[in-house]
Amino acid sequence: MDYGPAPEADAPARGWITAHEGKMPLFINGQFVPGSAHFESINPADGKPLAQISQATSAQVDAAVSAARAAFEGWSALSGHARARYLYALARGIQRHSRLFAVLETLDNGKSIRETRDIDIPLVARHFYHHAGWAQLRDTEFPDHGPVGVVGQIIPWNFPLLMLAWKIAPALAMGNTVVLKPAEFTSLTAIRFGELCADVGLPPGVVNIITGDGKVGAMLTGHPDINKIAFTGSTEVGRIIRGVTAGSGKKLSLELGGKSPFMVFEDADLDSAVEGVVDAIWFNQGQVCCAGSRLLLQENIAERMLTKLRARMETLRMGDPLDKAVDIGAIIAPVQLEKISKLVEQGVMEGAQCWQPSWAVPKQGCFFPPTLFTNVSPAATIAQVEIFGPVLVSMTFRTPDEAVALANNTPYGLAASIWSDNLNLSLDVARKVKAGTVWINSTNLFDASSGFGGYRESGYGREGGKEGLYEYLKLKAAPPPPERTPVKPSAGGVAFAIDRTPKLYIEGKQARPDSGYSIAIQGADGRLLGEVGEGNRKDIRNAVEAALKAAGWGFSHGHNRAQILYYIAENLAARADEFGDRLTRLTGFEGREEVAQSVERLFAYAAWADKYEGVVHSTPLRGVVMAIPEPIGVMGLICPDEYPLLGFVTTVMAAVAMGNTVVAVPSERYPLVITDFYQVLDTSDVPAGVINIITGKRESLAKVLAEHENVDGLWYFGDVEGVKQIEAASVSNMKQTWAESTPQNWVNPRSEREFLRRATQIKNIWTPYGE
Amino acid sequence: MTTTKRLGVEASPREHERNPGTTLDLGWVQEARINKSAVERRAATLITRRTVKKDWQAAWLLRAITCIDLTTLAGDDTPSNVQRLCAKARQPVRADLLEAIGVANLPVKVGAVCVYHNLIPAAVEALRGSGIPVAAVSTGFPAAQNPLRLKIEEIKESVAAGAAEIDVVISRAHVLRGEWSALYDEVAAFREACGTAHLKVILATGELGTLRHVSQASRVSMMAGADFIKTSTGKESVNATLQFGLVMTRDIREYRDRTGYEVGFKPAGGIRTAKGALDWLILMKEELGLSWTRSILFRIGASALLTDIERQLSHHLTGRYASDRYHPMP
Repeated sequence: MDYGPAPEADAPARGWITAHEGKMPLFINGQFVPGSAHFESINPADGKPLAQISQATSAQVDAAVSAARAAFEGWSALSGHARARYLYALARGIQRHSRLFAVLETLDNGKSIRETRDIDIPLVARHFYHHAGWAQLRDTEFPDHGPVGVVGQIIPWNFPLLMLAWKIAPALAMGNTVVLKPAEFTSLTAIRFGELCADVGLPPGVVNIITGDGKVGAMLTGHPDINKIAFTGSTEVGRIIRGVTAGSGKKLSLELGGKSPFMVFEDADLDSAVEGVVDAIWFNQGQVCCAGSRLLLQENIAERMLTKLRARMETLRMGDPLDKAVDIGAIIAPVQLEKISKLVEQGVMEGAQCWQPSWAVPKQGCFFPPTLFTNVSPAATIAQVEIFGPVLVSMTFRTPDEAVALANNTPYGLAASIWSDNLNLSLDVARKVKAGTVWINSTNLFDASSGFGGYRESGYGREGGKEGLYEYLKLKAAPPPPERTPVKPSAGGVAFAIDRTPKLYIEGKQARPDSGYSIAIQGADGRLLGEVGEGNRKDIRNAVEAALKAAGWGFSHGHNRAQILYYIAENLAARADEFGDRLTRLTGFEGREEVAQSVERLFAYAAWADKYEGVVHSTPLRGVVMAIPEPIGVMGLICPDEYPLLGFVTTVMAAVAMGNTVVAVPSERYPLVITDFYQVLDTSDVPAGVINIITGKRESLAKVLAEHENVDGLWYFGDVEGVKQIEAASVSNMKQTWAESTPQNWVNPRSEREFLRRATQIKNIWTPYGE
Repeated sequence: MTTTKRLGVEASPREHERNPGTTLDLGWVQEARINKSAVERRAATLITRRTVKKDWQAAWLLRAITCIDLTTLAGDDTPSNVQRLCAKARQPVRADLLEAIGVANLPVKVGAVCVYHNLIPAAVEALRGSGIPVAAVSTGFPAAQNPLRLKIEEIKESVAAGAAEIDVVISRAHVLRGEWSALYDEVAAFREACGTAHLKVILATGELGTLRHVSQASRVSMMAGADFIKTSTGKESVNATLQFGLVMTRDIREYRDRTGYEVGFKPAGGIRTAKGALDWLILMKEELGLSWTRSILFRIGASALLTDIERQLSHHLTGRYASDRYHPMP
């Protein structure tokens, strides 16, 4: 009663390679272009070469980008329906050749044929179908948006064709053109996909596929004629890409690493949870960015769960990935195998208990056994580092709060899996875990309709769902802001005015600047109007601490936040004359108008506070997939000089309305209107720490905020150099940034939604049901 | 041919100790947690993760035959069709096919013949000397809506008539109303009435409402002394599904871990294809291990299944798709 061999035939796939005489071309401008230099693509299951892959030259990268640029005008001008037809054809083509794609992928990557056949390729087809629909609907659903332009896309080796689909489908649907670079280990299905593009008559240049190593990726990210880079891969490389694209004006979306928690509570269906673990960490040999690699077990069920898990590990089957009865295939390459082995050795050296099943690992090829570590502390290397292999570390917790604390004790935030029969507990934990995707009583579920992407160092942007489309859209240019004519402030002032000292505003209290220095602020007429504190890095540190402590704001109800925003508006309106006069003296423009606009903006965000809602995605799951906009966390906001009050209100109140806590740096030139404004905050029931205000030198304060590891998002409205500085500095913790060097149209209410969207990140909570 | 080796025939199966049951542990009943969506996912992917081909498949199919409770449970059953069924039970596969496979020397016969009480004598007579036990459905099969006293009597009469295995049905009401003590007492009484006959407890899973109930009924039945737990009567609108099988086999495993006793499993109803039988064997091997792929701990309640397996064996030998006209009907 053994299973015996059950190999999937690979002759058609090998025949396809042979038909290319083993040398894979590039796909540029609708043509298959031979490479001038090649490297080998190896089958990880037997270590033998499969094909020669072209190493694209810099001229070929240029040619691909030029082709995409040339194709952009025509492609983006097509009707949504016309683009939908192409995407539909691609979906159908994937289905017609599904087995060829599946076998090629297994040969090239080493993952099991069960996974390529039943998971990867069906999801690829689904992605093109779903986005054919979005192509059709773009103009009606996104009337204020247009395509970004030419997109450079760099994808990893763990899901080669699926990651291609995640990148190309939304880009084409929204009217962009693409230059895509597959991972050097796994280029074959991308080339085959290029053939499909040619077969369906996709206009030349709309999709270009260039192969090669990291140098080719670097040519893409550094290319001046690319409008956006979309990258999936390691946080390490993501960090490099953020660095080199800083200040380039390129839009960026990054889907990076993870160390995702798999949490099992005492009332879970343990046998099902065991299968969940199998799907979490032994899916694709654990080479999955969202792999549930940290097993967190409630103390009282830990031993039972581990016993069941070890028994289950004994029945896993490892071997020839083309065998239809194999669970675990080959590791992508010797270099990865070595990395995994070293980390496992280190885990043992650091005192964790290592357990592996009794069966033998194939001697030939690149294989690593499923591995379970117990006695692991959060301090262990294997508990912190993404191993990207079939290695699971387990820890115990006593209470739900401790489970959440352990789950969030990581720089990453890609996914989490929660197992409990108690929906109260599950949803509560789901909201508290910092992760872009949460699976309740399930794991590693994906669908084109649901956005996938990370919190924290797991990256930014989403792939899939409506939320993912914004990565391939940009707001159409707003009409220029209205011209304002300078006015003279009314004469006079208060006789015998008492000297005032504007301070910083931290944790609901006025604070003197740490530096002990002040900056003189002049009015539009050049007269000294006052002196504000010169904030420094310590003031920023204190303000961020205060904002962090106030994080409960993120869990307050939208209605509650709306009330406070209305109250701020009410109190500002009551002092409209005073603020208007202050603005006029500072800026030389009519201030009362700006106050009125600010009050209106406050009302708008108060209105939105309980209306910027999530959606329930239409996935094939029996259950609900809730896409919930959550606050980003602690945000640093560098407010604009133009419209010092309205600009401040627009940025700060958008962030606050969505539940963020903020450290705001008001306009460097006109800060006095904001140091007046904290009195309004004081009288409006704003909880301490939700809004902190640090006056001073914009660029130096911006840099401290950009580097701060507890700041999760940063908006910057300033100059070109500043944009570059903060984008480059954001690599500290891969925080999200929104940096503009051109003046925004602060008066235009059309962009209100854009501010709200950027003040939130979407969490998808998968909740299957059924009794 | 290597099929004999693939079959892994043992010289003599080890001694099996019957499950004597335990006291009722209500805590274990109440802590049953079954996540339906996760169970469905496992059941769906279990059979896409495993497959058997060629010689191995032939071996598995022969094993499946030895686990079949060849069944007829119809109002118009008479001794003549039961005798025909028994003849098929003795010789389930055409002799020339067995020879071609290379297992002519193996005693390939079904696990049992399963009939209504009135047909026991005919079956006993027809199976005499074959070593094939007669199983009788009992206790007011299929609805179990008759008095407990009569159920006990029915079991005793069937045992007296020569049935070596009794397939009883539980009172679904006890499960639906959470009357675990009553269910325990009922099954324990059945066990006592069986004496040396083996007790197979039909849960009628399709009528229990939830998978949690299926798990709870499994646990109570095993604690009350079931030798086998069985999914269905074949008369419910939903019969043996892999989801039910998964829940029940996991409980069998848990019971073994808790008590050391091995309880058998019998899916019944709706299993008509060779592929379906292989799926069930895969489930048994994966969830419970090889012991549960033998008739001592695994049965499939079926009638039409056998012919489909024969056709599949024929296809294995000839490469041609087979017609049932070439295989003697049961």
